[in-house]
Amino acid sequence: MSIQELGTQSQVEVEMITCVIDGFEITVPKGTLVIRAAEKLGIQIPRFCDHPLLAPAGACRQCLVDIEINGRAFPKPQASCTIPVENGMIVKTQLTSPVADKAQKGIMELLLINHPLDCPVCDKGGECPLQNQAMSNGRSESRFEGVKRTFEKPVPISSQVLLDRERCVLCARCTRFSEQIAGDPFITLNERGALQQVGIYEEEPFDSYYSGNTVQICPVGALTGTSYRFRARPFDLVSTDSACEHCASGCSMRTDVRRGKTLRRLAGEDADVNEEWNCDKGRWAFKYEVAKNRIKSPMVRDANGQLQEVSWPEALAAAAQGLKNSRSGVLVGGRATIEDSYGYSKFARVALGTNNIDFRARRHSQEESDFLASAKLTATYKDIDTADHVVLISFEPEDESPIVFLRIYKQVYKRSIKVTNVAPLASRGSEKLKANLIKTTAGDEVQAISNISGLTSKSVILVGERISETEGGLSAVLKLVENSGAKLGWIPRRAGERGAISAGAIPNLLPGNRPITDSAARVDIATAWSVDSISNEPGMNTDEMINSDLQALVIGGVDPMDISADAKIKLSKKFIVSLEIRQSDITDIAAVVLPVAAVVEKSGSFMDWQGKVRKFDSAVDQTLNRSDVRILSMLADEIGRPINLPTVKSARAEFDSIGNWDGSVNSMKVRSAVAVKSVSADEAVLTSWRNLLDKGSLQDGEENLAGTARKSMIIISKSRAKALNVETGDHVRVSNSYGAITLPCQIGDIDEASVWLPRNSLNSQLIRNLGVVSNSVVKVAKA
Amino acid sequence: MAEDLVPRSDEFGLAHADQSKAPITNHESASFGKQLLGFWVTFKTMFKKVNTVQYPEVKEPTAPRFHGRHQLNRHPDGLEKCIGCELCAWACPADAIYVEGADNKEGERFSPGERYGKVYQINYLRCIFCGLCIEACPTRALTMTNEYELADSTREKLIFEKDDLLGPLRAGMVPPPHPMYPNTDDSNYYRGEVTGSHPSQGVAKND
Repeated sequence: MSIQELGTQSQVEVEMITCVIDGFEITVPKGTLVIRAAEKLGIQIPRFCDHPLLAPAGACRQCLVDIEINGRAFPKPQASCTIPVENGMIVKTQLTSPVADKAQKGIMELLLINHPLDCPVCDKGGECPLQNQAMSNGRSESRFEGVKRTFEKPVPISSQVLLDRERCVLCARCTRFSEQIAGDPFITLNERGALQQVGIYEEEPFDSYYSGNTVQICPVGALTGTSYRFRARPFDLVSTDSACEHCASGCSMRTDVRRGKTLRRLAGEDADVNEEWNCDKGRWAFKYEVAKNRIKSPMVRDANGQLQEVSWPEALAAAAQGLKNSRSGVLVGGRATIEDSYGYSKFARVALGTNNIDFRARRHSQEESDFLASAKLTATYKDIDTADHVVLISFEPEDESPIVFLRIYKQVYKRSIKVTNVAPLASRGSEKLKANLIKTTAGDEVQAISNISGLTSKSVILVGERISETEGGLSAVLKLVENSGAKLGWIPRRAGERGAISAGAIPNLLPGNRPITDSAARVDIATAWSVDSISNEPGMNTDEMINSDLQALVIGGVDPMDISADAKIKLSKKFIVSLEIRQSDITDIAAVVLPVAAVVEKSGSFMDWQGKVRKFDSAVDQTLNRSDVRILSMLADEIGRPINLPTVKSARAEFDSIGNWDGSVNSMKVRSAVAVKSVSADEAVLTSWRNLLDKGSLQDGEENLAGTARKSMIIISKSRAKALNVETGDHVRVSNSYGAITLPCQIGDIDEASVWLPRNSLNSQLIRNLGVVSNSVVKVAKA
Repeated sequence: MAEDLVPRSDEFGLAHADQSKAPITNHESASFGKQLLGFWVTFKTMFKKVNTVQYPEVKEPTAPRFHGRHQLNRHPDGLEKCIGCELCAWACPADAIYVEGADNKEGERFSPGERYGKVYQINYLRCIFCGLCIEACPTRALTMTNEYELADSTREKLIFEKDDLLGPLRAGMVPPPHPMYPNTDDSNYYRGEVTGSHPSQGVAKND
């Protein structure tokens, strides 16, 4: 248990204990480990296995100290990472006790007996706790003259993690992490004695979504990442604190750059958000920014329909020409920073004079817009820590917000809290959470949500973005919250969505959650922006804009295949100004393409699902690419209606000065459920979500990561498998009038009327292949 | 604060030094004999052996341990000794060395063991020839030659790449990439037990 946790508990009266360490008296909460109490005094006891977020193991024996309680000394030095302080305890570390010092040196010598002299070729060299502590607390020379134990090296335990068993000091940090934090015990200690080694189960690779953390916490170079292998030394790297751009979990990160090239990303520390962990996608998916199809200069489509590279003034003039005096709108995409979203929001309202702006590049509904404008989203990670019951609705935390999963799993592991999951099937994540599954057919969640009972004010309800695919779903959620008093969290998948709402990149809200229908709110914003008035005409959402006769659109990072199968064709009839980092389906049809900076190249902030702002700085300085907001500002100048946001900093300052709306909000119009689709024997209701590792465009270029993605499978129920006469692994064909997907099937604990497919995985890209993603009837047959 | 940074000249007595009072040598007092003695030194030197070397026509050998241009050495079978560990770059006080390591792949091996130096650059505009890199090298891959003629006309040319630094292929060496000597591992190489190439490694250079 860490000091931080104990710190929070101390608010609820924790007994304090006083002890003496190296002659200094210290008072700490009861239960604090000796090693941590010493840390508080600034006394560093060497250690390998000890980690503040993992349960004590006492595996490496490096932290031996002399302990005496009430005049009675332990006969031998004790591991300070396993012994909690007690009143009257007198601890002597290596600094004051020659016995402890000798014991530590002895342990270090034993650990080094079988440790290879690999430092020059080891990735950990230069940042290695074993290297450092061998220098500070080891003997200066080895007395070992025998032959070191050797193993085959390195063994890939998954496509992204390599294991070098010779280097392992058997601290069990990786195995404890996998068991206690991730719930994926794919890695374990095998054999005994000198042959003890870390291993994986035969024929089952270490395909955990969190495997990268074991590389980060390994105190030696036994676990290393394939992508970073031999790429750099710590002194080559310039580290920048950053935030993860992949999902709404909001992880704090560290980006390490060598000569303008991102080489690795590590989990940062933030007790309120990701503690010290992150997921493999956040850690390893960053190569998209150096992809070959990166756009380097502005482009304008010429008379022959070809994009030609042009100068910035020329491109801006062409874009302004097309946008001026035409009915237009803005699609932001879900990955913009708060500052960029604010820029888009102001650009739409001031430069284009419209409320046609939407950040949602996915399935969405009017009900969702209303919900986002009115719901009070109060849940936080801390609420999960103290929750008695967590309800997941249309939300698979392991796939859609992996750090939320870790937080819930931690409480399931520690306190066995109750988890209820409203979903069509028991996913691996929901099995790990031992969730009580309320099986529903896609589109039929309303009844299930209404039937949830036993919630208290300490319960947490977490809703995913997919609930908008069910008419009446969000209304039912709000009613449940109202009746139970539980805390509500809405967790979108993409990092920019929550920030985009707050920045007003949605048709019915102005910056700071101000309702567009409220005249006082409009006056607020008009004053802040020094414009005469803001239009009160309700704007269109993404679908409406695509289907409308708008002549021009400004589009940020949007993939039309996330919205609908025919979105690209419909968009191609409009004048499109695309702000993109790479060539995409939108730049294919755009009239003007303006290159913008990727996340590592710009500063800004994301808002995580809790509403917490996650600021980050640019990690790569040597770039000419600029953030979206700066380019929008230049474009607005060209149009003749300036938005005056020349830098990210100015956008941040202006957005902060506007503040949040404290007036009344419209209450949500309650929608009722629609009738569930009935299916015949050879049909099923399609249901899906995106796996964490899939064909998402931000994961491009990272083959090692893709290697640990879950295999694309069609999940069907036992009775359906019997009816179709198939077994797990047999090919099944799911089809509708649009197209078909044939994949191996898996028999799972799924609702009888449903069939599940991954939404955007290899060979299973639903919008592309079937034209629909869920809540739609498909034919299921043996292939 | 700013005043503190102005040097206080009187601290050293400089402000009060009066240049006009410095002693002036009285040349007139020197006797003719003493003057002749001075010319004798010049005269005597005319018969001494001349130290001037007519460089570049004539080139004298350097001292054997002269710190000249670096060389990346090879194992006797031609594999590179450099493992791309960057310890030389770490040791370099002038930040003159840039190294990128990489993985030896099956079928594309440049050095024994797992790792090799994929990019190796020494910037001779920065190098101060101190030799700390040589001391740091764990595999004796990097040594210094006696070559000192490094002047050139552009900055780019003075950044030596791996190709410029690698030692020549001697008789019996096979140009990498090629596999290790059969039935050996990297430790055999480091112990000096590989003394030449094997036909299975490729065609060796002969002369």
